Amino acid sequence: MSPDPKARIAARAALELGPGEVVNLGIGIPNLIPAFLGPEMGVVLHTENGLLGVGPRPDADELDPDLIDAAKQPITALPGAAYFDSASSFAMIRGGHVDVAVLGALEVSAAGDIANWAVPGKDVLGVGGAMDLVVGARRVIVTMTATSSRGQPKVVAECTYPLTAAGAADIVVTELSVFRLVDGELRLTELLDGATVDDVAAVTTAPFVVALEESHVG
Amino acid sequence: MTATLTTAAEAVSAIRSGDTVMVGGFGLVGAPLTLIDALVEESDATDLTIVSNNIGEPGRGLGKLLRQGRIRRGISSYFTSNPEAVAAVNAGEIEATLVPQGTFAEAIRAGGAGIGAFFTPVGAGTQLAQGKEERVIGGVRHVLEAPIHADVALVYAARADTLGNLWYRRTARNFNPLMATAADVTIAEAGEILEVGELEPESVVTPHIYVDHLVAAA
Repeated sequence: MSPDPKARIAARAALELGPGEVVNLGIGIPNLIPAFLGPEMGVVLHTENGLLGVGPRPDADELDPDLIDAAKQPITALPGAAYFDSASSFAMIRGGHVDVAVLGALEVSAAGDIANWAVPGKDVLGVGGAMDLVVGARRVIVTMTATSSRGQPKVVAECTYPLTAAGAADIVVTELSVFRLVDGELRLTELLDGATVDDVAAVTTAPFVVALEESHVG
Repeated sequence: MTATLTTAAEAVSAIRSGDTVMVGGFGLVGAPLTLIDALVEESDATDLTIVSNNIGEPGRGLGKLLRQGRIRRGISSYFTSNPEAVAAVNAGEIEATLVPQGTFAEAIRAGGAGIGAFFTPVGAGTQLAQGKEERVIGGVRHVLEAPIHADVALVYAARADTLGNLWYRRTARNFNPLMATAADVTIAEAGEILEVGELEPESVVTPHIYVDHLVAAA
């Protein structure tokens, strides 16, 4: 098992993706997920700057200046890929044609509210496609460490940072656990890597229900 | 109407102080860099409102125009890719309108398509919807968004024919076909300018009626 918590989060999140699903991966931990998707799964990756059918990162001799993902990093396109303009790309997203959005967050609340675009006092001024993705994708998976770099809990009773969308999260994967939002309730459904309910509770300020299911990973 | 083949300097002379100028590209990919350089070097137009997904990068693309202090306002989804733009906003030197990327694309599409306004669920209940009219449609909060129209659009296409039909390459398409429709005057920069008949009609993404001036990329 990878010692890097972010890679472990990505590996666990990859198990949530079904064969043939259309998936948009955000910047950060979600971008680690392709390493854990076998080609036999047939997951189709969408990037909102205008490509369905994203392939692996190119080798240095395959770099194409006209071919990037939404993180502005070089990519390749798989056979069967399609290019489209930005309005078509977001029509796919809002229209419910993208099955899953996986994205990082600063905070997720007990009600599934997501805050991931603005940090008051920091020099960031951008929302990109985050609001469109969390509203439009049929399933929203948040991948993040359980606490911030300053040790603050990130699964919280109420978001303190500006919202990306209210009630949008379906699944939250951290290095300690998996939470699911079901019927307006935040459920702890899986403990990861030997974590206990107490370990999770110690870094979670959101109220949650313990509803453990069979683990996906040893 | 047929596009006139002209120089970059002559084409950007259509831009007047106080104008709203759309500029294609996702970051620098698909950005009309020859036209931007002409605007920077050959034009005195200032007090500009720039509609572009990003305000270039530091000292590159629209980042050059920013350094000249000629941008009064930016309408974008992601200023963060140019920290100098974020700093200029924080210092009160330019006004920023931050728009979710899908709403940004759709507003430009609507601006070119004669749509008066549209309701979208994206952004409802967030800071970016403050002050905007809302309506509950199908039980879901929606925000009323206005179309975006410009005085001049600067777009990039890998290929054009001398009529002004445009063909885009890979993810360099992005906002370019939308912006080509949404301005009083559209100036297209093309990597390659072909004779009429050399572009397959089915492969034309922007029909020539949208293009007023055609400039060869440097």
